[in-house]
Amino acid sequence: MRTVSEWYNSTFSSTAVFNHREDERIFRTRFKRTWFYIFLAVNVLVFIASSLGFGANEYHYFILNLILVNLVAVIGLNLLVGFTGLLSLGHAAFMGVGAYTSALLITEAGFPLVISMIIAGLVAAMAGLIVGIPSLRIKGFYLMVATLAFQMVIDYGVIHWESLTRGVRGIELPTPDFFGLALKEQKSYFVFLFAVTIVMMWGAKNLTRSKIGRAFVAIRDNDISAEIIGIPIFPYKLLAFSVSAFYAGVAGALFASLMRTAIPEDYHMMNSIMLLAMVIIGGMGRLTGSIFGVIFMTMVPVLLDNFFSYLSIVYDPNITIMLGPAKEFVYGGLIVLFIIFEPEGMFAIWMRIRDYFRIWPLPYISE
Amino acid sequence: MNMTEHDTLLDIKNLTLSFGARKVLDNISLSVPRGAIYSIIGPNGAGKTSLINCINMHYKPDSCDMMFDGIQLKGIYPHKVAALGIARTFQKVELFHGMTVLDNIKLGRHFLMKFSFLGSFFRLPNIVKDEMKHRQEIEEEILDFMGLSSFRYSPVGALPFGVRKRVDMARALAMKPKLLLLDEIMAGMAMEEKEDIASYIMDVQRDLGVTIIWIEHDLSAVMDLSDRVCVLNFGNKITEGLPEEVQKHPQVIEAYLGTQEVK
Repeated sequence: MRTVSEWYNSTFSSTAVFNHREDERIFRTRFKRTWFYIFLAVNVLVFIASSLGFGANEYHYFILNLILVNLVAVIGLNLLVGFTGLLSLGHAAFMGVGAYTSALLITEAGFPLVISMIIAGLVAAMAGLIVGIPSLRIKGFYLMVATLAFQMVIDYGVIHWESLTRGVRGIELPTPDFFGLALKEQKSYFVFLFAVTIVMMWGAKNLTRSKIGRAFVAIRDNDISAEIIGIPIFPYKLLAFSVSAFYAGVAGALFASLMRTAIPEDYHMMNSIMLLAMVIIGGMGRLTGSIFGVIFMTMVPVLLDNFFSYLSIVYDPNITIMLGPAKEFVYGGLIVLFIIFEPEGMFAIWMRIRDYFRIWPLPYISE
Repeated sequence: MNMTEHDTLLDIKNLTLSFGARKVLDNISLSVPRGAIYSIIGPNGAGKTSLINCINMHYKPDSCDMMFDGIQLKGIYPHKVAALGIARTFQKVELFHGMTVLDNIKLGRHFLMKFSFLGSFFRLPNIVKDEMKHRQEIEEEILDFMGLSSFRYSPVGALPFGVRKRVDMARALAMKPKLLLLDEIMAGMAMEEKEDIASYIMDVQRDLGVTIIWIEHDLSAVMDLSDRVCVLNFGNKITEGLPEEVQKHPQVIEAYLGTQEVK
């Protein structure tokens, strides 16, 4: 029998690494791995409780689904903006390409969601390849303007190409399915989304710790020396664009199935800016940061909404009319404050908290 | 060192480079013997770094005939030149500041590693195996050799200048080069650091058998270590030869000290 302290030590304090492969794991220490399993277990418990009628309801799961869908798109955008250093203002358009592709495949050809989602990603990746071509000659803000042009084209296209997209009425989608198994409730769709998000997150993390991800960062940090040490710049830029667009396309397909409709205003330029804001607030070039950024940007408007409707019940029903615009101000203000006081994003805050607790009870004994 | 005429690694004939109307390099010809330390010296603005940039094909020369190990370099893209076995360090350190020392050095191995998008995405066994093989070699041959083991996980942006220069050299060595171009690697270093670098240069030449083209302003180090020295001034080659011959050459003395005016 192991004692409690032995168990505690081997679970939470062991940081030993015995070979290079262990050294490059995602959760390098037992401590991190344990917390990840705890996180999964909590998810399962919440799900079971919710099926029995306690705790999280359908609305809560809808918000969680929204977070997961945005997360897939933001991981992709972070690979492009944060890792490769190429700005894009056309990411909602890539989502739109994915959403409409998937919607058409499901309604017209009866594809299952998983297949249509992958095809949607590939179609968006092709679009990304084309949008990435100007990056041969231009970078920075000029490239951003080029992606903006793509956004404009898609904005116009989805409204006016009525024979394909049905214009402003949009395409209605049936209940999402997993190879015939209907995901009717929000929480069953959540299970599917959760699995997809974990795979996409894991894939992105794998890319960043392989030669491909290192080449992306090399192009961001110093493209001239990157080329001189043997990295072909342009193919890698195109790869970054198409991978990023693939993520956006998959996210678009998932979003359309979540909303049960594909309509033009969901993929408008404003959404591109929101996605970019999520990357910046989370922390550029940090996948963990993206999780925080997405949660922050999705939850703040929801919480403000709930707060104001609470106020209207407690004090005065008219308060919502008065404070309606205030919501936007608070939201915008929070974003501005974040960028002023924490330009490196929420990831920097997370790092500080982690460093504090790493040496926690005895801070004067440094490493 | 005993070198024969026909064993040349890099043979440059009639290299001319101009920026607009200004001729930066004028009809330079030189041949670098295999296994030698070949130094290029000259006053500021002589065109030394431009010459190295031409060998990298980072600058496109107006006309040239550059044979490297039997391959014509003219018209090849810079990243292909790297794959042929030409590595370099930079005058101002051009590392990737957001990455760790280990990742910087791994990037030197970029073109030697297997490429597979799905392999990287799903971290398939053959890709991981390949990556670990390179990591092992880097750990054993390069980090140890350059004394960088303790900086492995430090972000490069946080390191002192001398260490960054060593990382720059380590990254170049990771490319398994046949020819290493060192661009003022000793600039801005203290005496002790210079001695360290000198011993690295000698080890690289002797133990790894790498040919070195070395640009440097510290003439005493150049004269001690080099097998051959080439002197440039205003884009022209003044002379080339053994260190002791070059030191006595009248035009070299003139380029460094100026002419004596007799009144």
